[in-house]
Amino acid sequence: MAMNFPPGPAADPPAPKPNSKVPAAPQPEPAPRPNIAELFTAFAAISLSGFGGVLAWARRIMVEKRRWLTAEQFNEAFALCAFLPGGNMVNFSVIFGSRLRGPLGALAALAGLLGPPMVLITAVGALYAHYGDLPVLRRMLTGVAAAAAGLMLATVAKMARPLFKKPFKNRAVIGPVIALATFTAIGILHWPLPVVLAVIVPVSITAAWLQS
Amino acid sequence: MNNDGSSLSSLLALAAFFAVTSLFAVGGANSAIPEIHRYAVDVQHWLSARQFADSFALAQLTPGPNLIIVTLIGYHVAGIAGAVVATLAMCTPTSVLAFVVGRASERFKGAAWHGALSRGLVPVTLGLTAASATVIASVADYNWVAAAITLATACVALFMRVHPLWAFAAAALIGALGLI
Repeated sequence: MAMNFPPGPAADPPAPKPNSKVPAAPQPEPAPRPNIAELFTAFAAISLSGFGGVLAWARRIMVEKRRWLTAEQFNEAFALCAFLPGGNMVNFSVIFGSRLRGPLGALAALAGLLGPPMVLITAVGALYAHYGDLPVLRRMLTGVAAAAAGLMLATVAKMARPLFKKPFKNRAVIGPVIALATFTAIGILHWPLPVVLAVIVPVSITAAWLQS
Repeated sequence: MNNDGSSLSSLLALAAFFAVTSLFAVGGANSAIPEIHRYAVDVQHWLSARQFADSFALAQLTPGPNLIIVTLIGYHVAGIAGAVVATLAMCTPTSVLAFVVGRASERFKGAAWHGALSRGLVPVTLGLTAASATVIASVADYNWVAAAITLATACVALFMRVHPLWAFAAAALIGALGLI
């Protein structure tokens, strides 16, 4: 799905997991440590089965099918990835691959994740260069973009719920204010992202620090 | 489009922009959508607003992580070399960071500053995601039908367990029938 995954709440490793159906029941024994080729093919499979975002498939393949991670380990690794800048799955492939097989493992997982979709999207780009002006295609893509915006709004609503729950308790009103200020600066005023974050991130982290 | 400059300068511009922007993509690649839009459409005129929205839609319809929209933009600007350069620029700095932090993370797990950092980033990510939705929705032929699609998809995603591909298929069908 078109989703960002928010950094997980502190001292609370399980990250938000919208599609989690993983039971907390006893896990079977972990599978043997995968080799470089297995890392590549596993991440290629994850990448190609997930349309518009791949978290649900990563969980299914890593935890349920291949049993390389327990559900808790997956959540812990993913919370870390969502907290780091950049693509969540890119970070996940690097951290997972490097923990199992060092730098080469990280490269193999990353290549598996990015290689196949890069080939596909480049082919799509070539087709778009030829047929992008067809009116019917343009209207279809407008529809898809509108739907994708809707998925993002749903993500916003899910993320906002805990933030707006008890805004006046414990001075937590700062959270909604930060969110609104970020939205206004970037979404409405179209200010450059690095400038906005250079101001707003220190303020937000200081506020979170003072609350704890 | 702005393809008349030498392709080397285009590649350098792609590399510099995406390498820097990736480090500010708090919470995931979609957080960088407004910044990519601002720079690629408004500053560099690499693509039109319409082409940007199309690229976003195409990236959603293609399997792979969200950030492959960057590959598509790179391809649009400078062909296959552009696609590769843009993608590597978007991934390399943050991958190095993830590699280093992933190795060190056992040590600082549970540290107080780590918690404050995580909690402080949540509202920023929230604001950026809302901004991304706004930017995607503000394409040229976004009308009341498209707005209805946006709202309906948001409701379906919030209250029902439906695969996003169904929402995309329905929206594409409405478009194909000429209703948008």
